[in-house]
Amino acid sequence: MSTILSIQNLRKSYAGGFEALKGVSLDIEEGEIIALLGPNGAGKTTLISTVCGITMPTSGTVTVAGFDTLNDFREARRLIGLVPQEIALEPFEKVINTVRFSRGLFGKGRKDSAVEDILKRLSLWDKRDNQIRELSGGMKRRVLIAKALAHEPRVLFLDEPTAGVDVELRKDMWEIVEQLRADGVTTILTTHYIEEAEAIADRVGVISKGEILLVEDKDKLMARMGKKQLDVQLTTQIDTVPEALAAYDLTLSDEGWTLVYSYDVNAERTGITMLLNDVQKAGLQLKDVVTRQSSLEDIFVSLVNQPEGNA
Amino acid sequence: MNWTAIRAIYLFEMARFFRTIAQSLISPVLSTSLYFVVFGAAIGSRIDEVEGVSYGAFIVPGLIMLTVMTQGISNASFGIYFPKFIGTIYELLSAPVNFLEIVMGYVGAAATKALFIGIIILVTSFFFVDIQIQNPAAMIAFLILTCISFALFGFIIGIWAGNFEQLQLVPLLIVTPLVFLGGSFYSISMLPPVWQTISMFNPVVYLISGFRWAFFGVEDVPIVTSLLAIGLFTSLCLGAVWWIFKTGWRIRQ
Repeated sequence: MSTILSIQNLRKSYAGGFEALKGVSLDIEEGEIIALLGPNGAGKTTLISTVCGITMPTSGTVTVAGFDTLNDFREARRLIGLVPQEIALEPFEKVINTVRFSRGLFGKGRKDSAVEDILKRLSLWDKRDNQIRELSGGMKRRVLIAKALAHEPRVLFLDEPTAGVDVELRKDMWEIVEQLRADGVTTILTTHYIEEAEAIADRVGVISKGEILLVEDKDKLMARMGKKQLDVQLTTQIDTVPEALAAYDLTLSDEGWTLVYSYDVNAERTGITMLLNDVQKAGLQLKDVVTRQSSLEDIFVSLVNQPEGNA
Repeated sequence: MNWTAIRAIYLFEMARFFRTIAQSLISPVLSTSLYFVVFGAAIGSRIDEVEGVSYGAFIVPGLIMLTVMTQGISNASFGIYFPKFIGTIYELLSAPVNFLEIVMGYVGAAATKALFIGIIILVTSFFFVDIQIQNPAAMIAFLILTCISFALFGFIIGIWAGNFEQLQLVPLLIVTPLVFLGGSFYSISMLPPVWQTISMFNPVVYLISGFRWAFFGVEDVPIVTSLLAIGLFTSLCLGAVWWIFKTGWRIRQ
């Protein structure tokens, strides 16, 4: 895979002195789906806006397929599609006309078959002659995506595509992104729903206070950061962890009905067999055993709370 | 030059015009007819010829200019302010277009609408008064130049405006008085000398004078001065638009 989007040391300061981006560097591979995860005000939208040309960077460079977004802005921008966070559409215009407009605006000649294909794919074909104000919120979001895809971009930015969207539509959005990946479109999406990143992203970047704290393969990240917990539920309540089990990393929970054992999934020996043997030797009866894996959310919270930690 | 994009913007803006074609045309035609009834028939019958032209015919160029200027400004200012207001400007800013292409699309469409309405008014006036146009080519050229320059001016207002009140402010407080005091309904020579001198600072005087010259061959100021004035006004507007896009003033942070 080759790098399609390269962001180097991107900074953005506003007139008031606020630094929204503090030297962000990020390389994005062609065809991948990357989720930028961060709390509100982390700089996600500023990052996207700066790459897309809506705000001007204070310093740093961005290239799309080798084209600089400032010096070769025409070539660079032709390759990018942007779906903004807020629904912004011309209310009185027909769906199909706004999509045709977007295609023309990005320099592509009128091609009805391409527009038809996009509208069908987004389940908008039946609504093509409706005025946009007649559509539901979910449909309007689809129109935004259709407009962003109208000029057949190679890189698609989705700025919080599922904020305030119901569960069904969210699943649809994920499907759309999957389909786009099949066509080779690189997708960069921002979200603060961790489950979204978990569901569709290949890589996850965590951004907080204008800095990228980490970028990693989602699976690797979860495996690396993923602590597992074993809950040993007991038939009798205990006050303290028995002496015989002091060697293990154990805590009591559930008012003494459960022993919680934390272990690393990647370790050669998890110590589970030994622990269970020793629990029995200590004279405790097992009622049930449950294992739990920490989610991306736990990882995220721990990262954002200690940005200087060696994550 | 991204002609496809210019065409897309132009057509999209014209579509807005055609969606509301009835309002777009009825109101200027109606108000012009009222002007003819009031100034042409009612008051005009008491006024003799002005510089050898019947009063009803004399006001036709001024009326067309009045409408074309206000329409050019309002169409262009609304055309660019609306995307700012509803947020669709993001698409324009992220598109592979430069400032000149955006201006050509928006100003071109606004000027076309103004020109369209100007011609409709000219046609309407044929029903009320008898006019002969001495220099049709110059008349059309003046009309087009005025449409473009005032659409440019409107574009600047649309970029500057932070709310709908401001969008109305400049046309209402500055343009309307300038147009009314610019000799739409009278010849500058009818004014006392002091006011004649003051009028020379009103750019609209030169435009109306030049336009009227194309109709009747009479002028308040020499035609060359009129041409220079409109050229200067257009250049000033172009310069301002260029600066706006270079600095991103009010549109790009």
